[in-house]
Amino acid sequence: MRARRKLIAPLLVIAIVAMAWIGLGMIVTNSYYQLMLTLVPIWAVMGLSWNLLSGYTGLISFGHAAFFGLGAYTVTIALVQFDITPWIGIPLGMVVGTVAGIVIGYPTFRLRGHYFALSMLAYPMALLYVFVWLGYQEVPLPMKREAPGFYMQFSDYRVYIALAVGLLVVSLLISLAVERSRFGMSLTAIKQNEPAAEAAGIDTLAWKMRAIMLSGAVAAAAGGLYAVVLLVVTPDSVFGMLTSAQALIVALFGGVGTLWGPLIGAAILIPLSETLQAQLGDVIPGIQGVVYGIAIILVVLLAPEGIFWRVRDRLQRSQAAGAAPMTPVAPPIAALAPGQASSRNRRPILAVSGISKSFGGLRAVVNASFEVADGEIVGIIGPNGAGKTTLFNLLNGFLAADGGKVVFAGRELIGLKPNRICRLGIGRTFQVVRAFPRLSVLNNVVVGAYATTTNDPDAFAAASAALAQVGLIGRSDAIAGGLTNKELRLMELARALAGRPRLLLMDEPLAGLASQEIEDMLVVIRALAAQGMTVVIIEHTMRAMVRLAERFVVLDHGAILAVGQPSEIINDEGVIEAYLGKKWAAIRARG
Amino acid sequence: MTSLGTFIEIFLQALIAGILIGAIYGLMCVGLGIIFGVMRVINFAQGEFLMLGMYFTFYLVVGFNMLSFLGPVVGPYTGALLAGPALFAVGYVLHRFLISRVTGVSVAGTEGEGHYAQLILTLGLALVLQNGGLILFGSTPQSVRTPLSARAWEIPLLYDANASLFLNKARAVAGVVSVVVAVALYWLINRSRLGKTLRAAADNAAAAIYMGIDVDRAYRIAFGIGIGITAIAGGLVATYNPFQPYIGLDFVIIMYAGVVLGGMGSILGAFWGGMTIGLVQQLSTLVLPTQLQNAAIFVVFLLIVMVRPQGLFGRATERV
Repeated sequence: MRARRKLIAPLLVIAIVAMAWIGLGMIVTNSYYQLMLTLVPIWAVMGLSWNLLSGYTGLISFGHAAFFGLGAYTVTIALVQFDITPWIGIPLGMVVGTVAGIVIGYPTFRLRGHYFALSMLAYPMALLYVFVWLGYQEVPLPMKREAPGFYMQFSDYRVYIALAVGLLVVSLLISLAVERSRFGMSLTAIKQNEPAAEAAGIDTLAWKMRAIMLSGAVAAAAGGLYAVVLLVVTPDSVFGMLTSAQALIVALFGGVGTLWGPLIGAAILIPLSETLQAQLGDVIPGIQGVVYGIAIILVVLLAPEGIFWRVRDRLQRSQAAGAAPMTPVAPPIAALAPGQASSRNRRPILAVSGISKSFGGLRAVVNASFEVADGEIVGIIGPNGAGKTTLFNLLNGFLAADGGKVVFAGRELIGLKPNRICRLGIGRTFQVVRAFPRLSVLNNVVVGAYATTTNDPDAFAAASAALAQVGLIGRSDAIAGGLTNKELRLMELARALAGRPRLLLMDEPLAGLASQEIEDMLVVIRALAAQGMTVVIIEHTMRAMVRLAERFVVLDHGAILAVGQPSEIINDEGVIEAYLGKKWAAIRARG
Repeated sequence: MTSLGTFIEIFLQALIAGILIGAIYGLMCVGLGIIFGVMRVINFAQGEFLMLGMYFTFYLVVGFNMLSFLGPVVGPYTGALLAGPALFAVGYVLHRFLISRVTGVSVAGTEGEGHYAQLILTLGLALVLQNGGLILFGSTPQSVRTPLSARAWEIPLLYDANASLFLNKARAVAGVVSVVVAVALYWLINRSRLGKTLRAAADNAAAAIYMGIDVDRAYRIAFGIGIGITAIAGGLVATYNPFQPYIGLDFVIIMYAGVVLGGMGSILGAFWGGMTIGLVQQLSTLVLPTQLQNAAIFVVFLLIVMVRPQGLFGRATERV
């Protein structure tokens, strides 16, 4: 219900903007201003399209002109060569844009950061030369005087304005729907920490593919309408660098990752640069590009996330001044007595046999085999560089094993992606906490809950339950970036728990905690085990581990050195030699 | 004369053209590669600095005719070489006041290590330089013609008295000068004290700071050198190719293709990467129409990035 009330405000704003725009279009008679009133919504749609992919996922696209151009040329070629009206041509273009999204996205999403951005630039550039080569240098749209309405050719310019605004409203609604759903939340999680999202059960490739398909369709629609309005298409004007740049600039200028950003950016920049071009274009050619360039340089330096966020941050700061809510961490409510049931007679839930992994000449994991029984707490210990984290990365699918088998609850795991493995019931935390720093604690955990829930109320309920389990429910609304180390580790644990795992892989959960904090963490982990959770922990804090783990697996140089009960392991000569050290032997002797 | 003989002749002609153009591409890639290698910054405006190198050479040699005392042949090449120090200064100042705001030690550890801001900032810079260039220099294509531009050496092919290869003198000299500059830079980076500083800053900025190295200054110098080297390449291109203010776009992809191919961060690799792109571009004319020459580069670029993002001469370093 809260969510529904939150929807009313943006819908109202969209309605008001649309009415005001059309109202303005009714009054204005100067044909040049009418053109501008049409172009602003078109570029805002283009910015929204860019935002759908790049704003939410953080993967910067320098090549949105590819989709725009394909949309424009689909409409044009359909009309010129096949006499198909733009009323069908534009939806056809959207189909082409969607397909282009698949063709471009599938290979390109293997890349990150710089490489993704650069590769995206290459697509429209290649298309530009291909369309020149095909002979579509400058294609005018033929006038259809016999049935202008049928061919989307109106003598009254206000119809174009209405069409552009209509497209804008549809795009805004699509963006709103994405932003307020698990679609948007998943993309945001990908932007803030992609490996963490994947490990929390988000199928990152699938969501990114959906984003680029949707984005491609919206950009193609903008391109199609652009062709109809301008009545002529050239490869440079639709596939050119300035088209891609314009999509990115209006979104960045207005605000990244929000549906209002592209609208604000387009409403300010397009009239500004068009006016400059019209007034000074003859005297100072290129003034448009200079203005754009300066605009984005200033935005990056002064308001790196765009005007919308800058203004919002300022408003919120003035509201929040004075009242700084401090909610103390509630004690773990699940503080049960330590339950160390015997591990005998329990069936193995995880069976690792002979897995290996090499990085070039370095053999990080060598032929490792061990089993974990259902409900057991197993400690993995060994010196730095022994291959412990690599072993976890093999188990949860971040790395592909060179050989061997991993069977979890009767299923072979080798070759599965991390999000699949997570949804099969293996949760994971990281040596260095991987949070989504700009989401609230609750939303961080909700991302983990998507793996096992189908609707949002269920996801929020599961997330709250997980937060209660680790004793962090009092901090639900805090922003993850501001948590203490212990709270972050608890939050990450809650995120893993929200996916309802049967097996939990914890990578150094005690690292950097003070002694009292270690005790608190141990209570939480024991409580989980008491409820039947199987836990595998990598940890260096031997004093804590001896009290927690039922069995140890000792790794050294990637190979398993010893497996056994704590009492056996700490007296094992080989383990003392390789890891614990003589000092430990002396402590044992005295104790 | 057999058709095989004709094919061999055409092939050798394309091969030689590819090697010469490849050497010049190699030099511009080295300029971009040094910026990426030391600072891990993607500079989108690199093509525009190439363009500025062209216009610098043009105004020095043709516009103001300041190097006429060196003669019509030596003058243009001297002009191209002088573009190096001139654009070094431009790059140094730009880094000091603009690029350093979004790079280096100040942004380490922020979201995406500031890559987002760097890409956007340099894109903005590219737009300003391109269109500012249009305002200042006009849209008429210019060229720095030398007496060598229209002359060629004729190399007879031994197997056939009628067949011979033509070697454009301007391109040949530009290629040789490129190799010399690249070798000199390689020596500077690997042998001198300055080079050691740059390599230390590139390898581990934090450790370099603890060792008393002024990393921000090292970055400024690296940015200046990278810009200067690419500007020299631009001056050399100007001696055989007409240009206008938007020409940077044609080259920026070539440069990135070369740098990625060579393995980002390797200076020698960047040179060979650029050489490979030159060869691909020239040899593709054997099978593709000339309009698709540049499309071929983009396709090769995409293939390289997809199949081997660490480059042909680099090593994978990404870690989960």
